[in-house]
Amino acid sequence: MTRDIAVVAFARTDHRATCEDTSEVEMLMPVLHEVLARTGLRTADIGFTCSGSSDYLAGRAFSFTMALDGVGAWPPISESHVEMDGAWALYEAWTKLLSGDADTALVYSYGKSTPGSVRDVLTRQLDPYYVAPLWPDSVALAALQAQALIDAGDTDEAALAAVGARSRADADSRVPQGSSPGDYVVRPLRTGDCPPVGDGAAAVILAAGDRARALCERPAWIRGIDHRIEAHALGVRDLTDSPSTRLAAEKAGAFERPVDTAELHAPFSAQEVVLRKALRLGDGVRVNPSGGALAANPVMAAGLARIGEAAARIHRGESGRALAHATSGPCLQQNLVAVLEGDPR
Amino acid sequence: MPEVLKAPLVLEFPFTRSLGPVQSAFLTGLRERVVLGVRATDGRVLVPPVEYDPVTADEIRDLVEVAPTGTVTTWAWNPAPRGGQPLTAPFAWVLVRLDGADTALLHALAAPGPDAVHTGMRVRVRWAGERTGAITDIACFEPYDGEPARAGDHSGAFDDLVTGIVAPARLDYTYSPGRAQSAYLHSLAERRTVGERCPVCRKVYVPPRGACPTCGVATAEQVEVGPRGTVTTFCIVNIKAKNLDIEVPYVYAHIALDGAGLALHGRIGGIPYDQVRMGLRVEPVWTDGARYPDHYRPTGEPDADYDTYKELL
Repeated sequence: MTRDIAVVAFARTDHRATCEDTSEVEMLMPVLHEVLARTGLRTADIGFTCSGSSDYLAGRAFSFTMALDGVGAWPPISESHVEMDGAWALYEAWTKLLSGDADTALVYSYGKSTPGSVRDVLTRQLDPYYVAPLWPDSVALAALQAQALIDAGDTDEAALAAVGARSRADADSRVPQGSSPGDYVVRPLRTGDCPPVGDGAAAVILAAGDRARALCERPAWIRGIDHRIEAHALGVRDLTDSPSTRLAAEKAGAFERPVDTAELHAPFSAQEVVLRKALRLGDGVRVNPSGGALAANPVMAAGLARIGEAAARIHRGESGRALAHATSGPCLQQNLVAVLEGDPR
Repeated sequence: MPEVLKAPLVLEFPFTRSLGPVQSAFLTGLRERVVLGVRATDGRVLVPPVEYDPVTADEIRDLVEVAPTGTVTTWAWNPAPRGGQPLTAPFAWVLVRLDGADTALLHALAAPGPDAVHTGMRVRVRWAGERTGAITDIACFEPYDGEPARAGDHSGAFDDLVTGIVAPARLDYTYSPGRAQSAYLHSLAERRTVGERCPVCRKVYVPPRGACPTCGVATAEQVEVGPRGTVTTFCIVNIKAKNLDIEVPYVYAHIALDGAGLALHGRIGGIPYDQVRMGLRVEPVWTDGARYPDHYRPTGEPDADYDTYKELL
């Protein structure tokens, strides 16, 4: 690695965004303007732009092209898109900056889950031969994982409820929600174990070397990023573990020194249990001080928001070394880990 | 501010897929009440079978019959089945490791309630009455307390192989075009065309989408444009589109409405197709009850000077 690259700014929609009266680009633009304002950059100053979103959430082909209006795509800009969570768009932007092709990058992602039924929409990412024809929704698959964890003695329903309650309490200033575990959605998961359905967007700005220092008082340097995937078939995997997360963390250098903060993309309470184990996070690590995906889960933006929240904590001087994680696919199938550090102070 | 529009949007398609040799044997087997797995390079038997080894990525073809009985490895109680799911009454989702297999298959388990389900319980396949060569040929699993069924030794060779599946998919959405496009559509209903002006570059966008794609800023100031406009460029369509009730050839054009900062698309009518030209002055023609102009026709004015629209090409 020849260049140091940092997250220098982060912005997101409010936790309880309801955006039914706005188009995607109308929802996204205030977030883009906010993240640019934090650095004083204009869209024309950005070297590379990369976004993440999903046509299946929008119900329309090439839906991301409309959102490009929000970044000023004329005259032509250097731009790319991933049909994934924005964390993977950030990965692409990071490699672009590493290559020296650009000094700054704008990464954004967005999703509106409310126009469709997101539990059903997500079934379309499953194996189309053996699984998708059964329409197992996202809560059902997460519930199978939760029961496997309970059977393995790794957790119980009370401990899961505590994860949900803690997440919402941490986000409490932003999310007015009760801590009651609620009714079963798919047993053993209750409403409190499941992410809220919402719309939202997140954006970060990356910059290399001295450019980062000029744009941000305390840049969140990316010390490593890696992402790994496991077999598609759920019955082949050990659902109580996440070896892909562990491998990604190892390759990203997460185990070289302890972290003080971990922003984990765990849409379901039981997944936090799996990730803590895979990442060997001790009690001294502050997990999801933002509230995590159990407080706000804009699909396609929630993973990028984890990186952004971890970076923002470094920007504010609340963390020296933070781990950020993003996931994609059923039951933590694919996982990305980034390690961020602030300069010593 | 006028009400933001909403409308049902249905995404529906019969997803047609061809099968590889292992998938084909597995799904044909289900049609014949035979469950097949595949032996991986490490000796494990994978059910449902895949064509490439999940560890080494080697191609694997060694089919093995397993029993229609098995053990639940994890489960989840589904109190409110959703559309398309295997059972309409409350049921358990289960991963089942069939006798003779080393991996588990996802399916539904028919049971009276969550108290009747536990990890480690024994189950067997309940076959669907009509089987077509699909995962739904297993109607569901059911509790079973007998001996493990003996697996046969089927080779996976069938006379009449299933070579493809059709997986119907339907997703229902409530689409909203957002604030800017709703305002545009509301005005069209009154036979007016309203764009939005960019506060930075002052260009007027029609149709408006709420953002200036040049400046990347929100647009809000509404500006009525047209109704007349100028043809900036056009093409002659010679092939009739399916279900389209327009005689060919016809002209499809970019039309810069008076006051607009860019051209929109429209059909030109009321003039022979070979007389349409750049600079032609046109106006919209509305039909009763339509929410947008059917086509544009010549106004009879002199053609616009090239300099007045050259920036809008």
